[in-house]
Amino acid sequence: MPTLLRVEHGQVVDQLQGWLRDRWEEFTGVAPLGEGLPEYRAGCGSRSVEPALVEKLAARFGGDRLASRRISFGAEEDEFEAAYARGWSDGLPVIPPTPERVLRMLAGTSREPSEVVAVVPPDLVPCTVEKIAVNAVLAGCRPEYLPVLMAALEAACTDDFNMHGLLATTFFSGPIVIVNGPISREIGMNSGVNVLGQGNRANSTIGRALQLVVRNVGGGRPDGVDRATLGSPGKLGFCFAEREEDSPWEPLHVELGFRPEQSTVTLFAGQGPEPIVDQLSRTPEELIRSFAACLDAVAHPNLALGFDAIVVVPPDHARVFRGAGWSKARMREEVNRLLTRPGRERARGRGGMGEGLPESLAEADISKFREGGLHFVHAGGKAGMFSGVLTSWVNPNGGGSTPVTVEVRK
Amino acid sequence: MSGLEVLDPTGERQPRERRRLPRPDSIDGRRVALLDISKARGNVFLDRLEQLLSERGAKTERFRKPTFARPAPRALLEEITARSDLVVEALAD
Repeated sequence: MPTLLRVEHGQVVDQLQGWLRDRWEEFTGVAPLGEGLPEYRAGCGSRSVEPALVEKLAARFGGDRLASRRISFGAEEDEFEAAYARGWSDGLPVIPPTPERVLRMLAGTSREPSEVVAVVPPDLVPCTVEKIAVNAVLAGCRPEYLPVLMAALEAACTDDFNMHGLLATTFFSGPIVIVNGPISREIGMNSGVNVLGQGNRANSTIGRALQLVVRNVGGGRPDGVDRATLGSPGKLGFCFAEREEDSPWEPLHVELGFRPEQSTVTLFAGQGPEPIVDQLSRTPEELIRSFAACLDAVAHPNLALGFDAIVVVPPDHARVFRGAGWSKARMREEVNRLLTRPGRERARGRGGMGEGLPESLAEADISKFREGGLHFVHAGGKAGMFSGVLTSWVNPNGGGSTPVTVEVRK
Repeated sequence: MSGLEVLDPTGERQPRERRRLPRPDSIDGRRVALLDISKARGNVFLDRLEQLLSERGAKTERFRKPTFARPAPRALLEEITARSDLVVEALAD
């Protein structure tokens, strides 16, 4: 705030901030000035830039940027119980989306609050940046996560990803969000110890916020359109980052045609992880056989081509392949070679089990995974000779979901 | 805190209560669409139903969704709407 103004013909032509004896004497041409005062005092700042006050003032005077319907809780109503009562929660507490919090969230993007990001199934509701921000508040996101969440929603609402089918299926799956590129480091995502578990705010809340948008904006709720027989805990939210910095391989997004410095989210309709335990193999030839043997059982040992998988490989397993210079492509090739056999060996009735491939495929050589249906991602803590398999819902061969990658735009 | 003002996180669609159509007095002579959603053994259920409906004088016609994993194509819905009075959909495995 200015402390001294020079006005000529009604116009401010010069000004000073704070108190600095020399400057005041020079400015006014009067000396000495302010005998007994200290040499220097900073000027005061406008309260309108105080961190805690910015959103309050913005909500009071700039609230017309927000189009969402306003709801006032009852005077005696507990705000957390009120959110439950209105059906906005996935079962865990949500943060009440006050206008102040939503405005703070919107600072995480340069996109207009009114911009439509996606049309969300099952009700096919156009969803704006603002509505995403409201649900991001509910989920506990920080503003800098918003661009990742918007990209995830965009990917979820494509025809290829088929979010409607994923919701409606009796199968276990939910959307799994894999984040690549610099943004995962910028927003502090976990790609290391306990990468698929709890404890990191970005990992935990981005996946959750995506599911809350589908629930609240799209209207997709368990026992409504969501008909899962068992579901899976990842449906609360499943989001993690690839451990790119010390990976022996190119990251997932680079493999899919993006540049390393681009940030992306890849959506995979699935569940997991299913453990691969191998603490004894020391050569890639041995370890890939363990991978193949475990992957053979994805969905059912007698089924093939209908389900995809992503193997999350932590550093301890990765170094076995790194030492021998195996690329992701080589690993995929080996698994496919090991798991290609005549259809009759996966036929209905094989092993005394009713499930299996139809008789018509008996003589064909069938690989377990479709082209593009098997991926490897480097993530996890440094200690532990395990990998984790994320298995998919029905892939496009069965009319299900294709993984979709979208670039993050801030 | 109480009386808090928040922003509605939902799609703000006020779902209108949709009333069910009245039950038909008779199915004799009615056109009944039997929609198979392509789930395993849906045809078994519909075969039997077709037999029972025909015995009661209904004119049945079979339709099939390309896959159970996606909503029915618009064209199929329009065709069913144009060609039938009643629809039975076989959902089960």
